[in-house]
Amino acid sequence: MKTIKILGTGCPKCKQTESVINEALALSGQQAEVIKVEDIQKIMEYNVMSTPAIVVDEVLKMKGKVPTVSEVLALLA
Amino acid sequence: MFDWLQNLADWLVYGVFGLEESSKLGIAVNFFFYDTIKILILLMLITTLMGLVNAYFPVERLRDFLQRKKLYGLENLLASFFGAITPFCSCSSVPLFIGFVQGGIPLGVTFSFLITSPLVNEIALAMFIGLFGIKFTVIYAVTGILLGTIGGMVLGRMGLEKYLSDWVQNLIKAKTEASEAYRAEQVPFKERLKAVLHEAWGIVKSIVIYVIIGIGIGAAMHGYVPENFFAQYLGSGQWWTVPFAVILAVPLYSNAAGIIPVIQVLVAKGVPIGTSIAFMMATIGLSIPEGTLLKKVMSTRLISIYFGVVTLFIIISGFIFNFIL
Repeated sequence: MKTIKILGTGCPKCKQTESVINEALALSGQQAEVIKVEDIQKIMEYNVMSTPAIVVDEVLKMKGKVPTVSEVLALLA
Repeated sequence: MFDWLQNLADWLVYGVFGLEESSKLGIAVNFFFYDTIKILILLMLITTLMGLVNAYFPVERLRDFLQRKKLYGLENLLASFFGAITPFCSCSSVPLFIGFVQGGIPLGVTFSFLITSPLVNEIALAMFIGLFGIKFTVIYAVTGILLGTIGGMVLGRMGLEKYLSDWVQNLIKAKTEASEAYRAEQVPFKERLKAVLHEAWGIVKSIVIYVIIGIGIGAAMHGYVPENFFAQYLGSGQWWTVPFAVILAVPLYSNAAGIIPVIQVLVAKGVPIGTSIAFMMATIGLSIPEGTLLKKVMSTRLISIYFGVVTLFIIISGFIFNFIL
C-alpha cells in the first residue's frame, strides 16, 4: 500500500489537495494511507518552498499547486 | 477598452431593470454591475499572466540564482521584484522564508521578498487597474517593490539572525546540502497554459464573493455618500491621517478583493490618495494572521521589529504621496 503525504501548513489549498487525492483514490479503487503533514519543520525536511506538496512513498512528486484528479491518478500509476 | 461593458451595464440597469438614470439606486446598481464584471475579467487575465511567468520562472530558480551570483546590493531589488510577481498565499510565506535562509540567502534579502510578496500581488494589481487605472497601479507597484527593497536592506543591517527560532538558526549553520540545482520541467506550452488557467480560475473563484461584497459596499457608498464628505475630516490638511490610517489598518485583516473597492469610493469622496495608499498597503501587506504564522520561525521580538520597520516605511510613503500627488 502506498503512503501519500500532503505537505502544507493547513491553508485552503492543502485541504483542496486532500479532497482531490481522496477523489482520485476512490475513482481508481486504490488503497493508500493519506497523511497530512502540517508541521513546518517536517515539511522543510523535504526541501520544498511552495506548498501544498505531495510526497508518495517518501518521494516528492509535486509542489506548489492543487493537482487535478487526473494528475493524481498519473502519480499513483 | 471597457466601453462595451459600460454600454452593457447601462442597457441592463436602465433598460431591462428600468431604473432611473439619475436616481441614486440606478447609479449604485450600474456601478456594481460594471465594476464587478470588469474586475472579474481583469482578475482572470492577471492571475493567468502571473501564473505563466511563475511556471517558467519558479521561486526555486530565483533562490538558485541568488545563491550563485553576487549582485552588490541589487539582490534586494531582485528579491523584492520576485516577491511582487510570485502569486501570494499567506500559508506559503513561511516555507519560502525558510527555503531562502536555508539556502544561505542573507536575511535582509529574504525580508525584501517577504515584504513585497503580500504587498504587491496579482489580486491587488487587477483590482487597482480596474478601479484606479494604470497610472495609479504602476505607482503602487513601484512603491511596493522599492519599499520591500529598502525595508529588506535596513532589516539586513540590523543583525537580526539571533532572533530567529533556534531550529532555523541550526538550519543556517548546517547550510544544507547544496540544494539541487533547479531543473526546468519539459512541459509543452499548451499543457502549461491549461494548468495555469485551471489554477487562475481556482483563485478567482475563491475570491469572487469578496469582490462582490466589496464592490457592493462601494457601490452603495458611491450612490449615497455626498461628494467630498471625507475631505473635511480626513483631507490632506490633517497630517495625522496617514499614521492614523496605517495604525488602524495593520490589525485589520481584509483581503485585497474586499477592501480596494471601498477605498476607491473613499478616494472619490475626498480622502487624499497618499493616505489611501498607505491604508491599503498596511491592510494588505501586514496582518496578524501572517504574524502568527511567522511565529514558528521568528521570535516575537523579530516579528515586532519587522512589522515596525515596514509600518514606518508605509507611513513615510503615504506622506510622500500626499505631498507629490
